Amino acid sequence: MTTTEERPAVAVQKSRGTRFTGWAANYIDERTSISGIVKEVGRKIFPDHWSFMLGEVALYSFIVILLSGTFLTFFFQATMVEVEYEGSYVPLKGIEMSAAMASTLDLSFDIRGGLLMRQVHHWAALLFVASIGLHMLRIYFTGAYRKPREINWLIGFVLFVLAMAEGFTGYSLPDDLLSGNGLRIIDGMVKGIPVIGTWISYLLFGGEFPGVDIVGRLYVLHILILPAILVAAIGVHMLLLIINKHTQFAGPGRTNDNVVGVPIMPVFAAKAGGFFFIIFGVIMLIASLFQINPVWTYGPYDPSPVSAGTQPDWYIGFADGALRLVPPGWETEFLGATFSWNIIVPLLILPVFLGLVAFYPFIEAWITGDKREHHIADRPRNAPTRTAIGAAGVTFYAMLWAAASSDLIATHFRLSIEGVIHGCQVLLIVGPIIAYFMTKRICIGLQKKDREIALHGFESGRIVRLPGGEYIEVHEQLDEYQRWKLVSYEDYVPLMIRPDANGRISINQRMRAAASGWFFEDRIAPVTSKEIESSHHEH
Amino acid sequence: MNKGTPRSMATKPARQNRRQRPTGRRHPLATVALIVVGLLATGGTYALFTTSATAETSAAAEATIEDGNKLFAANCATCHGLNLQGSTQGPSLIGVGAASVDFQVGTGRMPLAATGPQAEKKPVQFTEEQVSALAEYVASKAPGPAIPSDEYLQGDGDAAEGAELFRINCAMCHNVAGAGGALTEGKFAPPLADVAANHVYDAMLVGPQNMPVFNDTNITPEQKANIITYLKYLDETPSVGGFGLGNLGPVSEGLFIWIFGLGAIVAITIWLTARSN
Repeated sequence: MTTTEERPAVAVQKSRGTRFTGWAANYIDERTSISGIVKEVGRKIFPDHWSFMLGEVALYSFIVILLSGTFLTFFFQATMVEVEYEGSYVPLKGIEMSAAMASTLDLSFDIRGGLLMRQVHHWAALLFVASIGLHMLRIYFTGAYRKPREINWLIGFVLFVLAMAEGFTGYSLPDDLLSGNGLRIIDGMVKGIPVIGTWISYLLFGGEFPGVDIVGRLYVLHILILPAILVAAIGVHMLLLIINKHTQFAGPGRTNDNVVGVPIMPVFAAKAGGFFFIIFGVIMLIASLFQINPVWTYGPYDPSPVSAGTQPDWYIGFADGALRLVPPGWETEFLGATFSWNIIVPLLILPVFLGLVAFYPFIEAWITGDKREHHIADRPRNAPTRTAIGAAGVTFYAMLWAAASSDLIATHFRLSIEGVIHGCQVLLIVGPIIAYFMTKRICIGLQKKDREIALHGFESGRIVRLPGGEYIEVHEQLDEYQRWKLVSYEDYVPLMIRPDANGRISINQRMRAAASGWFFEDRIAPVTSKEIESSHHEH
Repeated sequence: MNKGTPRSMATKPARQNRRQRPTGRRHPLATVALIVVGLLATGGTYALFTTSATAETSAAAEATIEDGNKLFAANCATCHGLNLQGSTQGPSLIGVGAASVDFQVGTGRMPLAATGPQAEKKPVQFTEEQVSALAEYVASKAPGPAIPSDEYLQGDGDAAEGAELFRINCAMCHNVAGAGGALTEGKFAPPLADVAANHVYDAMLVGPQNMPVFNDTNITPEQKANIITYLKYLDETPSVGGFGLGNLGPVSEGLFIWIFGLGAIVAITIWLTARSN
């Protein structure tokens, strides 16, 4: 490779490879001026913490979904034309079904690698939504959605909803019994909307359910429109991530104005590339060992049979659970029309819940009145009220989610299904309240413990007898670095009610002050350096 | 039996032959004739016996019915009454038929161990002979659905038709994969994996506990045999795509991806970002 021996006259001779790289880089740069972007992006710093990798998991599983999904499109026929199945699976031979179902069966039994790709696609989809969920929880509980990242939270939320939509449209494509039942529930929910419901349902299905159009329509959504929006939104999400910089946990040398970590080029990029293959590997391993969505067992869709234990994929479970938890008889007749409150109420509650999730950053910013930029991620305990609200929300979601598998809970834990449903109904209301207060108390307790340790050190277990006969346990002091993590968080105080320029106190002001009081009234203030100093004098 | 009728008619002239020509026993064909006659006579008598064998079998049945009576009095009568009339503790068994006994006792559901939402499968308490004796006894008291004939229990029917019938008639309680499902008030439809063919047939015929009756006009015996064929197919075919996760569908898949999938990945992220101390 080296050419130094041939041309000894030149003092510093670059290798041919280096020269080629230099030439190619120059060629591209002269035509695109890309060096500015590379300089800017390549030097972005990413801090190191395991929980910062969850978004990456979502991104990489999405890439796996794209790859495996492309394979599936080569063989899947998105049409509901009736065919007689003549493939390899014996218990469906000669059965009439849609071409969509037949081609899914062919993918599973007669196309080399087809079943593996189907399972990769489906497992990766479950992982995609699950990792988005965990990523959102991480962002929420560390307060990483605060200014300047509120917009990115909103985009992330849109991604979450799009992922669910992608999942549901994909789940319905094979036109098997299970997914057909899912579509029937959606149809029922749509028809439950007063006045326009039936119209929308007929529009959606091209006539009376199930019709012969829905698979083709969902297919267009699933492989074209939703992925296009998803990819665009991911692009914006990552762009904003670069513009806003990554948050980091408090630590020595880490301030609100810097980011401590590794640069994208080359360390982080190499790590991320490796991590992608690890995720890919985990998905392949799961897909090759564990069966998912055996459509051949479910059989082709037929509006009459419904299987016991029919559930949607996990991320739609909360909506299914909401329907299951409505008490019986919630219907009223008015002017000859039936109002199905058992559908309308869940249809109202779920968007309200999702709306609260989407707009939480703005709600919290209004309550705290905080307009500063935050680049240091909070430890969950240091924002007790936020953490408690989060725990309440998680409990609410979890109860809806659990209710979706009420029948399986009943059979597997030997309970009566009515008991499970009533239990979930009570816990749906009471559970979040309990979770709120418990979490808040636990957070405050942990803060008090931190404060105690920061001021007085931790118990060393060494008992010393003083000359006077007194026994004391020696407390060992933390070093500067350890203490820094415990004491560096922001102190908030409830907002004061102040009259405005006209000397009036608006209702908005009063509400805000009340909310702020609720948010911060029983906070634990961070330890000040003065306190630390005075405590040192004591010891 | 349809073979027996012409044979038994043929024996009569043969017997007459023997009586009419007693002297011809040294005829060269006499040995052959004797063998023919002997065979015809044996075959004919056998045929006669099998067509009119009721006396013999009913004598045998009496014995098992008698056994069944004793077993019933000792094990079942406390709740079901000495005359099958039932009591406050158990329903009347008049007219439930042998199939019902074969199912309830043959799967161990009866005798009941404890009252609960429903009688559950448990180790069978009686031998096969005892079960059939009990079944004979109950069937002798009043007519009812009989134990299915073996030809429907072979599992050699049309699995595709069986699967379709299963989805339409059975899956709403037993789940499409036969994994079972919940019913009201703590009752449940049991899983159907590895249930004996005769018990599946019995259950369809008599509709034990919460199960509806699928009589022979509703689902013909051949169709029942097809359903049994499908269930046998499910038992014998390993799950195609790897471990089946209990065939419980999206719930077990969702739990799996959260606990094991995401769990493994979180463990990996922690490992990747761990610093050596």
